[in-house]
Amino acid sequence: MLQIILYFLIILALTKPMGLYLAHVFEGKARWMGWLERPLYRLLGIQPDEDQDWRKYALCTLAFSAFSMLLTYGLLRMQGLLPLNPQGFSGEQMTPHLAFNTAASFMTNTNWQSYSPESTLSYFSNMVSLAIHNWASAAVGLAVAVALVRGLARKSAGGIGNFWSDVVRGTLYVLLPICAVGAIIFVASGVPQTFEGPKAITTIEGAKQTIALGPVASQEIIKQLGTNGGGFFNANSAHPFENPTPWADLFSKVLMFLIPAGLTYMFGRMVGNVRQGWAVFAAMSVLFLAGAGISTVAEQSGNPAFAQYGVERANMEGKEVRFGIAGSTLFASITTGASCGAVNSMHDSYTPIGGLVPLFNILTGEVIFGGVGAGLYGMLLFVILAVFIAGLMVGRTPEYLGKKIGKFEVQMAMIAVLAMAISILGMTALGSVLELPKQGSMAALNTLGETVYGPMTGNLNNPGPHGFTEMLYAFTSATGNNGSAFAGITANTPIYNTLLGLAMIIGRFLVIIPVLAIAGHMARKKVAPASAGTFPTDSATFTLLLVGVVVIVGALTFFPALALGPIVEHLQMTGGR
Amino acid sequence: MSKSNSLFQKELVGRAIKDAFRKLDPRLVAKNPVMFVVLVGSVVTSYFFIRDLVTGSSNALFTGQLTLWLWFTVLFANFAEAMAEGRGKAQADSLRKARTTMTARRLRGSDEERVAAPELIKGDLVVCEPGDYIPADGEVIEGIASVDESAITGESAPVIRESGGDRSAVTGGTKVLSDRIVVRVTQDPGNSFLDRMISLVEGAQRQKTPNEIALSILLSGLTLVFLIATVTLLPFAQYAVNQAGKGMTPTVPVLAALLVCLIPTTIGGLLSAIGIAGMDRVMQRNVLAMSGRAVEAAGDVSTLLLDKTGTITLGNRQASAFHPAPGISEHDLAEAAQLSSLADETPEGRSIVVLAKEKFNIREHDLESMHAEFVPFTAQTRMSGVDYDGRHVRKGATESIRRFVEEQGGTFPKEVAEIAERVSKEGSTPLVVADGKRVLGVVQLKDIVKGGMKQRFAQMREMGIKTVMITGDNPLTAAAIAAEAGVDDFIAEATPEQKLAYIRGEQTGGRLVAMTGDGTNDAPALAQADVGVAMNTGTQAAKEAGNMVDLDSNPTKLIEVVEIGKQLLMTRGALTTFSIANDVAKYFAIIPAMFIVTYPELGRINFLSNPKSAVLAAVIFNALIIIALIPLALRGVAYRPMNAAKVLRRNLLLYGVVGVIIPFPFIWLIDKILVLLRLA
Repeated sequence: MLQIILYFLIILALTKPMGLYLAHVFEGKARWMGWLERPLYRLLGIQPDEDQDWRKYALCTLAFSAFSMLLTYGLLRMQGLLPLNPQGFSGEQMTPHLAFNTAASFMTNTNWQSYSPESTLSYFSNMVSLAIHNWASAAVGLAVAVALVRGLARKSAGGIGNFWSDVVRGTLYVLLPICAVGAIIFVASGVPQTFEGPKAITTIEGAKQTIALGPVASQEIIKQLGTNGGGFFNANSAHPFENPTPWADLFSKVLMFLIPAGLTYMFGRMVGNVRQGWAVFAAMSVLFLAGAGISTVAEQSGNPAFAQYGVERANMEGKEVRFGIAGSTLFASITTGASCGAVNSMHDSYTPIGGLVPLFNILTGEVIFGGVGAGLYGMLLFVILAVFIAGLMVGRTPEYLGKKIGKFEVQMAMIAVLAMAISILGMTALGSVLELPKQGSMAALNTLGETVYGPMTGNLNNPGPHGFTEMLYAFTSATGNNGSAFAGITANTPIYNTLLGLAMIIGRFLVIIPVLAIAGHMARKKVAPASAGTFPTDSATFTLLLVGVVVIVGALTFFPALALGPIVEHLQMTGGR
Repeated sequence: MSKSNSLFQKELVGRAIKDAFRKLDPRLVAKNPVMFVVLVGSVVTSYFFIRDLVTGSSNALFTGQLTLWLWFTVLFANFAEAMAEGRGKAQADSLRKARTTMTARRLRGSDEERVAAPELIKGDLVVCEPGDYIPADGEVIEGIASVDESAITGESAPVIRESGGDRSAVTGGTKVLSDRIVVRVTQDPGNSFLDRMISLVEGAQRQKTPNEIALSILLSGLTLVFLIATVTLLPFAQYAVNQAGKGMTPTVPVLAALLVCLIPTTIGGLLSAIGIAGMDRVMQRNVLAMSGRAVEAAGDVSTLLLDKTGTITLGNRQASAFHPAPGISEHDLAEAAQLSSLADETPEGRSIVVLAKEKFNIREHDLESMHAEFVPFTAQTRMSGVDYDGRHVRKGATESIRRFVEEQGGTFPKEVAEIAERVSKEGSTPLVVADGKRVLGVVQLKDIVKGGMKQRFAQMREMGIKTVMITGDNPLTAAAIAAEAGVDDFIAEATPEQKLAYIRGEQTGGRLVAMTGDGTNDAPALAQADVGVAMNTGTQAAKEAGNMVDLDSNPTKLIEVVEIGKQLLMTRGALTTFSIANDVAKYFAIIPAMFIVTYPELGRINFLSNPKSAVLAAVIFNALIIIALIPLALRGVAYRPMNAAKVLRRNLLLYGVVGVIIPFPFIWLIDKILVLLRLA
């Protein structure tokens, strides 16, 4: 628990300076990278001062994302022809459906890894084809969040900023400098950074072992800072080369929340009332601390069935000894809250309630600090719903920051909520009952190498409610653009790769488009000055209301699914089965 | 509100029950997406019930009850709407009856002729005596009468209508109870208040307000979310049953029941009733809102423009003190002032006479015997007074008297000017009295602020509403009265242009403005304001420019209209929150019950007797809560003027937190009763 508090205090301390800096950058006041920024605009033909309306902004977002996804798809398929490939991987490992899944995954900031990096990806694929998205997807997230904040802050304005300059500024002024410093810190703590191929060594016991190496540190820093989460190694942050020491672990944790937390302060500052930002920060914090607390207690209590064997009850299964229980559950709460998806332990091996927390964190729509940008704009959608539902109760047409919430905003917010529900529940439902044959042409849809799985439930490693949770978690992680895996499910088959890829795209863009639409509409509105009769959105009452709405919307939508997964499992476990 | 116990009158209820069935027409239900889903659910379960009956399944009792309660859910929602419309419809009916049978006694010179009411045109004069219905909208030009306006307002106590003053407007279809009045018709047939009112109260042209539309979208969105949650439950259940190897997937009627329980039927069923009832409540206060949008906007108003006279102060100013000029006794001043006012029939003049009598016991002189000549007030001289015995006693505004004195070669003492200014600063009107070229002193006419206004404005401030006083007084006087009444701002020496400019300024700052007005020159400002309440006694132009008409012509009522608007929005918010909060309990009732055979462990979070009773109890609660909340929907949630933060905290606790908890005991109780009656 002390760890959680200590960690939270660090984030709290960093929120304001980070937020101030972000506001400085996105208000266009930062100039120290101008020597790179201005030539870049000229090179790309960008007019950084052109104020785009929301349709144009959205179009640019979509075009940029589609183009970069296609590029990555092509590069991944052609990795055999490209340099930096000491292991000689080719398109044979990177099949079309896997390439689609991977390209969608990195483009949407999900970084779900259906592949096993050590045995599929060349260094080039890792460092170029995928890494560009680690940067670009984070920058796009930032840009959309900033556009929404502008929409809320501006009065009777037509535009919400310029997509291209937002992306460039986010990359040059925010991501790049932090990464440059951070990568060195990782190297100093023992993370490798090399272009050499894997080393074959002889262990103390005399066995031969291959040690995978590579340019890890430069990947690691952006993986955490950009809340990407795609690891260099399959074991992700549990791997000693990605996350060697408790200090590196703490550094990773801080990086995940750094920008999302700073964005809340930036929001408050840009709308001219920092209390508004702190209210959002507080709601996120309440959700985060509650989840981390519950998860830690659940893991420390472990499984009561073990007591009779005289074994330590605390659940250490699937956790690294160097991090311990609190270090692992805290990491899990952060990574699922922040839509990062890096893991330093096996979520599959958590107790049912311990595992329910990460799952629920994602089901809230990734708003517990959330992904870079995505967390803030997701939370602001909930703010709109909360303001609308409860705002009427003060006897006025609901308004947020002096702007009336009308039909259009409600419609857009509901589209985002519906998209989440359809994608997660619909695909899990399909997975629960889709019986693919084990023979014939259709069988290929659910085949990996020589293994034919048949029904979609065939890919689950566990039976009963736990298996159901594995599948639910997979579609939730994809739709929420989290990318962490509960594991226990073999997802590298055509059907899973395709469905998961689609879920990621739905989860990303059916939120981004409504968000930008809201930004555009809000920018045009007049602002009514706050008075004693206005719904106060910077108070503790509002923070609790917002927490309530996030939990209730998540719980009401997903209660039946959760009841048949982790809840039943928990009752079975505590019931002695 | 006239009588709160009239909410469930027998005939209203009977009529509403009939209407509830009539409203089952799918085309009508389809206007409300939430209730349409319930209707579809009812039809589907009906099919399964009939199938169970035909096959003789043991499930028939369960499916039958389920079907019955789903139909009840739709009917209860229809009933709520019918109840809300009921009072208006009953009024419309009696109005229509009156309209068709009315005959008028039209005056042609001194002759009287009987004509049918629809033949009357603007400008006709009609006579009404006790027992007569007033045949058309108009203005009393002669006489005074007590009038029964219950047909329009529902208020059975008669009201007084008299010629002149602000109670001269009468409405067609109301009944004279005593005395004789002559009315000039002000409306052509087909365009009368009665005609407009019939269509308004019937809701024939009722359109959804912007806020209602936004809320409907939210509710439809939630309905879709729950539809997805319910539909996908079937494959999830299939998986669970396959894995556990026991139990059964939920049947379609049970899934339909779950869906109906989850979708926001409480607010969905009561939404239109709330809106209709809101307009009705405005009508109960004798204000006719031309649209629901206007009532809603009233809740959002943040600036109120109020006329000083009649709203903030009593209509008449009263003399409160005599301030003599240097060298003049107060008694002499009082006597002169009294003399100048004897023939002055204005309330101010009378109050001077009364004050002189009270203070110095100066008897009223007999003007006739003194051969005095009364000099009336004119717009040119701006003075009044008397001439007798060669004396010229005058009273008037400071500037007028100065001119009067100086014309005769006198001087206007500096001291008197100072007194006059001091009086102005106190919010009173100075009236300078002169006898020939000699200035005697100042009479202080005090504006009397109505009792309770200060507290009312303080409440308004607490609610975040800015009050602005409009007056023709000079800025000094206006400032003093504004301070005494506790308004936030004032416009002194107000012209119609100034009012308009002030409203525009507020609106540019994002504020919504409400105002009252009656004159033709108020029309532009009334049209510009977001809520414009025209006085019924006012001119036709004013009435057409505003979006509400106050039948009583009482400007203070604007404040009540604002409160009703707020209450309307609060009621919607409260029931939405309550409806969504209720879902938590319903999930806990139904989901464990559905899967208890498949996963017996779920029994540990089950609080009900058996799967059938659980589902039924949730559905019954869901239906009954609509009925239970009809009074709340029709009357509106309790409203107290306080600031938004406090209101929010209170209502969140009351409708949010209580909304989560309250269904548990009731569902538990219904479950126990069902088991006791062996119904499940």
